[in-house]
Amino acid sequence: MELFANLALGFSIAFSPTTLMLAIIGCFLGTIIGALPGLGPSNGVAILIPLTFTLGLDATSALVLMSAVYYGAMYGGRISSILLNIPGDEPALMTTLDGYPMAKAGRAGDALVLSGVASFVGAFLATIGLMLLAPLLARVAFLFGPAENFALFLLAFCALAGMAGKNQAKGVLAACIGLGIAMIGVDNNSGLPRLTGGNLHLFDGIDFLVAIVGLFAVAEVFFFIESHGRNTSIGVRLEKVTIPIRDIWSTRWTMLRSSGVGFVAGILPGAGASLGSFVAYMSEKSIAGPKGKFGTGAAKGVAAPEAGNNAAAGGALVPMLTLGVPGSGTTAVLLALLVTLNITPGPTLFTERPEVVWGLIASLLIANFVLLLMNVPLVKVFVRVLQVPAWVLLPGVTMISFVGIFSLSGSYFDLLLMVAFGALGYVLRKLDIPTVPVILGILLGGNMEDALRRAMVLSDGDWTFLFSSPIAIGLWTAAVLGFVLPIFLRPLLKKPPAPET
Amino acid sequence: MASDRIFGLVFGLVALAYIASPTQIQTSFLTDPIGPKAFPIGVGIIAAICSIYMVFRPDPETTWPALRTFASLGIAVVVLVAYALALVPLGFLIPTAIAAGLLSYQISPRLGPAVASGIGLSILLFVVFKFGLGLGLVALPRGLFG
Repeated sequence: MELFANLALGFSIAFSPTTLMLAIIGCFLGTIIGALPGLGPSNGVAILIPLTFTLGLDATSALVLMSAVYYGAMYGGRISSILLNIPGDEPALMTTLDGYPMAKAGRAGDALVLSGVASFVGAFLATIGLMLLAPLLARVAFLFGPAENFALFLLAFCALAGMAGKNQAKGVLAACIGLGIAMIGVDNNSGLPRLTGGNLHLFDGIDFLVAIVGLFAVAEVFFFIESHGRNTSIGVRLEKVTIPIRDIWSTRWTMLRSSGVGFVAGILPGAGASLGSFVAYMSEKSIAGPKGKFGTGAAKGVAAPEAGNNAAAGGALVPMLTLGVPGSGTTAVLLALLVTLNITPGPTLFTERPEVVWGLIASLLIANFVLLLMNVPLVKVFVRVLQVPAWVLLPGVTMISFVGIFSLSGSYFDLLLMVAFGALGYVLRKLDIPTVPVILGILLGGNMEDALRRAMVLSDGDWTFLFSSPIAIGLWTAAVLGFVLPIFLRPLLKKPPAPET
Repeated sequence: MASDRIFGLVFGLVALAYIASPTQIQTSFLTDPIGPKAFPIGVGIIAAICSIYMVFRPDPETTWPALRTFASLGIAVVVLVAYALALVPLGFLIPTAIAAGLLSYQISPRLGPAVASGIGLSILLFVVFKFGLGLGLVALPRGLFG
């Protein structure tokens, strides 16, 4: 079996002492990052990327470390949802609905353990799904030419712009801002500088890491200043942590169903983990009916969103690795990491760099067990972290961002750009313009233009070439649907109100 | 309402300037069918359309912070810009302590904790980055020790 040979290769890499160590460090850091309100997986990974470079890690190690941080942050997000009624990151929002009431009823420990186990089930099954599905999808992706690739990029933007915000126009504007920024610098094909305004610093283009850290991390600092670090004190006491075996057993089908739903939601472009946890929660709620007492601390209401969002996190890796098109903010950041490491994600990754892909998958499997251990018996350690006050934490995060970006290029200009992106991120979020399409635009803009221009060279300027293959037509149709459907689905996707603190 | 209209207008104007910029590029005849202009211009046009949509069909007004918070935000931006400019000539320790302390004060306006977190973070991060991660940071102003 090819699969087992590949897995054996993966585990031979993952079980090396350094890789194992990195996975454990990544899980630990990730859980902390996820647990802290305001620092989500995308922020956390973005801040840490520059530092992995200065550590001089090779591609596989860097990817293992960052994916462990990613998974860890997905696990950790639930901790502040349950204890503070503040989601540690956006996908953990649904966990507040039943997790916080359960904690208020004196069962904070039970809620943390149950959601930890649900996270494990979701993430583990999704990693298995990734392992089985990704090579198949990679085989399909081999058939893609420039026309199909262009349509694929378009699909990613349409779906993201459609899903991400409440207003399609703002989603598209966000994507255009990103694409526009990606065009700055010397044009690869003609060698001519574009949109630089004659500024020599801009000839190389804008490093997407600068943009990402600015839009995510620095903007977050501005939001904290606005809120004056409110909402950061622990609302619920955590007593002894025991394992609620009965709750875990009674939610076994919920966890399995939610993992399936979450995984599919994760694969869909633009949907990501937030949709995964949302759909998982809502479908379990309707299956259970009014007897399920969802919203009042139901065990199923805690298990469903956590299994859903962790499964979606794994699912989101599928399009990122096989097509090079991320479906969520964090996978976009991981893509940035890959590109900076000189790895081109896409179908060729599976044939040319199998050690990267399978090393990553094996590490993720191991990381899940490490995370289960950290998030169930050792959960108290992470609860401590929540007591770090915002007035120490946020300046610290800012300084780490500065040093990280500074260590990349040693240029003050990049630091100024980062502050500018921070301010832009603040304004965009205030106006309800989603920032993830901006990131995706900056990341994919160059490739998208390349695909279009190569398609036009092949067809000698004939635009109908873009719609000439069945795959391309399918992708265009999906792009239109992904953009239009959310308009009609939006009333259905209304979030239930958060429990009162 | 109003902020969507204002920023729609701002983004629209930026988009127009953006469209105008690539039209200035002098291309040679030896170029691909599309050339370097078409894609940026297309992006600019779509952005302009979306901005116009924002002006005429604005969302409900967002909640902006009070004037005093805006002042804090302004100070934070100034601090970060100054920090970016000071990091190279003045070394790591002093600018970091000042910037971290000022940021801390903007989040929670108490003098003691702000000073403590500024100095503490500066020293802690320096030790972690310099000796833990091996970054080549310069501790103090270059001129000081020759």
